[in-house]
Amino acid sequence: MHAPDGFLNAGTAVATGAVSVGTIGVALRQTREVLKEKQIPLAGIAAAFIFAAQMFNFPVAAGTTGHLLGGALAAILLGPHMGSIVVTIVVVVQALVFADGGLSALGYNVLNMAIVPAYGGYALYRLFRRVVPKTGGGVVTATGLAALGSVVLSAMAFSIQWLFGATAPVSFAEVFTAMVGVHFLIGIGEGVISAMAVGAVLASRADLVYGASDLDRAQLADSRKVPIRTFAIVGLLAALFFGAVVSQFAVDNPDGLERVAIDTGFVESEEDHALGNSIFADYATEGLENESLSLAIAGISGTLITLAVGWGIFAAVRERKPKQPASV
Amino acid sequence: MGTGHAHALYVHEHSPIHHLPPQVKIAGAVAFIFSVAITPREAMWAFAIYAVAIAALVRISKVGFGFLLTRLIGVLPFIAFAFLIPFIASGEQVDVLGISVSRDGLWASWNIIAKATIGASTSIVLAGTTEVPDLLAGMNRLRVPTLFTSIAGFMIRYLGLIVDEIGRMRTAMTSRGYDPRWLWQAKPIAASAGAMFIRSYERGERVHDAMVARGYQGEMPELRRRDPSVQEWLTAAALPALGITVMVIAMVAT
Repeated sequence: MHAPDGFLNAGTAVATGAVSVGTIGVALRQTREVLKEKQIPLAGIAAAFIFAAQMFNFPVAAGTTGHLLGGALAAILLGPHMGSIVVTIVVVVQALVFADGGLSALGYNVLNMAIVPAYGGYALYRLFRRVVPKTGGGVVTATGLAALGSVVLSAMAFSIQWLFGATAPVSFAEVFTAMVGVHFLIGIGEGVISAMAVGAVLASRADLVYGASDLDRAQLADSRKVPIRTFAIVGLLAALFFGAVVSQFAVDNPDGLERVAIDTGFVESEEDHALGNSIFADYATEGLENESLSLAIAGISGTLITLAVGWGIFAAVRERKPKQPASV
Repeated sequence: MGTGHAHALYVHEHSPIHHLPPQVKIAGAVAFIFSVAITPREAMWAFAIYAVAIAALVRISKVGFGFLLTRLIGVLPFIAFAFLIPFIASGEQVDVLGISVSRDGLWASWNIIAKATIGASTSIVLAGTTEVPDLLAGMNRLRVPTLFTSIAGFMIRYLGLIVDEIGRMRTAMTSRGYDPRWLWQAKPIAASAGAMFIRSYERGERVHDAMVARGYQGEMPELRRRDPSVQEWLTAAALPALGITVMVIAMVAT
């Protein structure tokens, strides 16, 4: 996901840069009010944790591995403002110190890898929390689904920026289908790992999970009753929705997928390409050449992302008001 | 500092570039990279000039071409991706070595490869000549909020430690025969990520207590603050000035 310099055009880089700086500025102001200097070392070490968490390779299938992106996980563990700041710092340091991702690409890298997954993921988390039971298991389930969704949102955000700032004649529809398709698969891994990681934290230090601060001890202890079945049902519904909606736009173009796969580091060896291709090889629908249709997809997903990010920020700001965390 | 990761990325030398104040270097590098990113891709000569400028920079800063090349390998995944564009892009087709590829795709591929390489080289020289605390202090001077840079400072300081701890957890799992191949076998990895979070968080609390005991009041004391002279600003402006001139000429010419 770390895009290099010159990947999108300069106008897009500047516009996304302005959005990122503005959002992080708001987040910094919000956290400064709540957090004392006490949180600085804490936030720093949490940032190191997210940085390091990206090194947790988890198995996907047949021995291939993916790694955690951590945006939603950070937002649920630390709160969306702190989460987005922490992941932004990770992305900025990766560019400045490790030359991973271009300095002129920071605007869209921060937006896609920190702001959209943290606020969007948190908004989804709040949304899912309304349908799952108010238990530790519910928190774990909502975390998994929100983490999955956050990765897909971030892929959508990248595709929309491509629509405006493409530097290669590859159509929006192709990029969108390939990005969202691959990231849905990556997101499954992200969701499973994030959910289990939050579960592990809940089991021993439930007070550290920001997203579960509205639950009391007894509710948290009630952890094993629901999750698997709810998770399976909601996950299945999400998959059906994804299959029904997104496959309409599917492009029968394995190269596009392969490209995105390399781009995201989802695959690291030749065998992985083969795997990626075989999953999508049967998509029969022809690609969209129709410009107005791709603009429509872009518009819809843009609205979704904006809604999710906006709601995430709103939910985060509102929660602060009552001292005792409000139950949603 | 100079432990863990910082060590591998910093080249200990005494060059004019090492001695420039960090804020001047950061501003210069960012301005240069932006001018490269804006340069029209058809102006091949402009990129040749940028490449020469980078070579001169590497020479003056004594970071070494071997170091630069090793670090550039980090950009490779994207270059592999860029090579694929000509085959999937649409538009007019041309024959290269008997294979039909898209002309626009070739340009796009060149565009990403050239800009990514020059941009990454500039960042590598910047990180190679500036120690991490200085980079952060420089960001501070450039009006990045202190809250942001102090969190980043702690992150870098503890990164090596945490990465080592993950390594130890992994060794412990492997030595007990854990060799996952499928997603449903990932539970122990997720559990160790959770355990890692708790350990990191509790370490953060302990570190904070220790710092308060030593008089910490929310900000780290600055050990070497030095305001850059006009001379130093001018020196650092040389690179972006070259970049912007070349970029403007290239835009007018194409």
